Amino acid sequence: MQQLTDEIRAIARKLLRDKQVDVVIGFERGSMPLRRRPCFVRKEEDADRLVWDGWCENTLATYLPKRKEKAAIVAKGCDSRAVVELIKEKQVQRDQIIVIGVPCRGMIDRAQVEASVAPARIAQAEEDPDFEETLRRTGSLHDCCKTCAHPNPVLYDVLAGEPLPQKVQDPFADIEAFNTMKPEERWAYLSREVEKCIRCYACRNACPLCYCPECFVDASLPQWVGKSVDASDTMIFHLMRAYHLAGRCVSCGACERACPVGVDIGKLNRMLLKEVRDLFGYEAGLGLDEKSPMATFRLDDPESFIVNP
Amino acid sequence: MVCDSGSLGVRRMADSGKWEPKIVAFLCNWCSYAGADLAGTSRIQYPPNVRIIRVPCSGRVNPFFILSSLQKGVDGVLVSGCHPGECHYLTGNYSARRKFALLKSLLEFVGVEEGRVQFSWVSASEGVRFAKLVEKVTNKVRALGPAKRLVKTPPQGVVHAAAHR
Repeated sequence: MQQLTDEIRAIARKLLRDKQVDVVIGFERGSMPLRRRPCFVRKEEDADRLVWDGWCENTLATYLPKRKEKAAIVAKGCDSRAVVELIKEKQVQRDQIIVIGVPCRGMIDRAQVEASVAPARIAQAEEDPDFEETLRRTGSLHDCCKTCAHPNPVLYDVLAGEPLPQKVQDPFADIEAFNTMKPEERWAYLSREVEKCIRCYACRNACPLCYCPECFVDASLPQWVGKSVDASDTMIFHLMRAYHLAGRCVSCGACERACPVGVDIGKLNRMLLKEVRDLFGYEAGLGLDEKSPMATFRLDDPESFIVNP
Repeated sequence: MVCDSGSLGVRRMADSGKWEPKIVAFLCNWCSYAGADLAGTSRIQYPPNVRIIRVPCSGRVNPFFILSSLQKGVDGVLVSGCHPGECHYLTGNYSARRKFALLKSLLEFVGVEEGRVQFSWVSASEGVRFAKLVEKVTNKVRALGPAKRLVKTPPQGVVHAAAHR
């Protein structure tokens, strides 16, 4: 980990010294253990604030759209896929950014670590340490990291560290299991989840691909969906939020981490990821030349759902 | 109007008083709406449960139209456009097909009954197909019963202005 941190710092120093970028967006230590926060380094001497370890969970690509200056961004696999989508959607210009790719072993879920030592509180936590108490890393990862199939950046200008081996696994086993439940059970589960929602829109704000100047939930002419925490309105908000990300979601998990009440947002996202893969054979953010599935069509798209009287 | 001198014929609807589904049908102007028109001018009988909304193209149907309909309490939604390859705007229904495929599976995934929202293609010459389609959709929705999921109920204690009129 220290080695990656050093490499990232060296790259950042060089980029700033050579005036290749105005700002390097990365992570620094937060004020609490298990916390890393986004950090904007503008001076060469500040590059030593940058760190890299298992708590660098935020999706930094969120900070790229509408940025006037030239920026370098520290990008995990999911970040780099978000960058690809943003470039395709013309929110970011390729020549305005430098991507510092970092192969990612998956980010650690703070809540799980805290729960495993509760009721004690954590004074210090590090990766690969020489501490009296250790936890298994793979068991404490975020859900989106456990099923991640793209740990390596897909688009980068400089790579820190060595690419990791690709994991081969079925990423949608949970969705298939959920689909075997009865419709009323699925409805009951998701209604319960959605009931928790307080409509703070943190999920939308954290999402790297939710950059619309006016979101459908804010529009009042027409008002697409009611603004209260009515069960039906909230369900429709969640359905449409996920739907608007169909074929664009890079499963970075930013929405789930941002949610203050723990709504199972990932269920809907992942269901659409699977559906887009199965129906249109597309996975978001893997190439700059692939057309977004909802912006194109094929003459022989599946249409088994069409009713024929 | 009933004149004192004339006689008044009243025929009750079959099974009146029994619940009947309300179905909203979004039909594209160029094919399906004309198909419905043909069914009408050809005097083909089909269930009176559909309320037709004419849209320029099936590609014009925003998924919100469908969700809002369900929220407002319709029991079923039918969307129909030109057959693939016959869109008046050349590719509107191809884009619509992708949108609908995802929306339909999303709704079914969250537990909205299969059949609440249905999609079809009807051309301007297919009056018979349109009548059969409405028959099939109505039967399916009738079998499902009144819609409950996604229906928005106003909070208790709130009386709508319309109720006072």
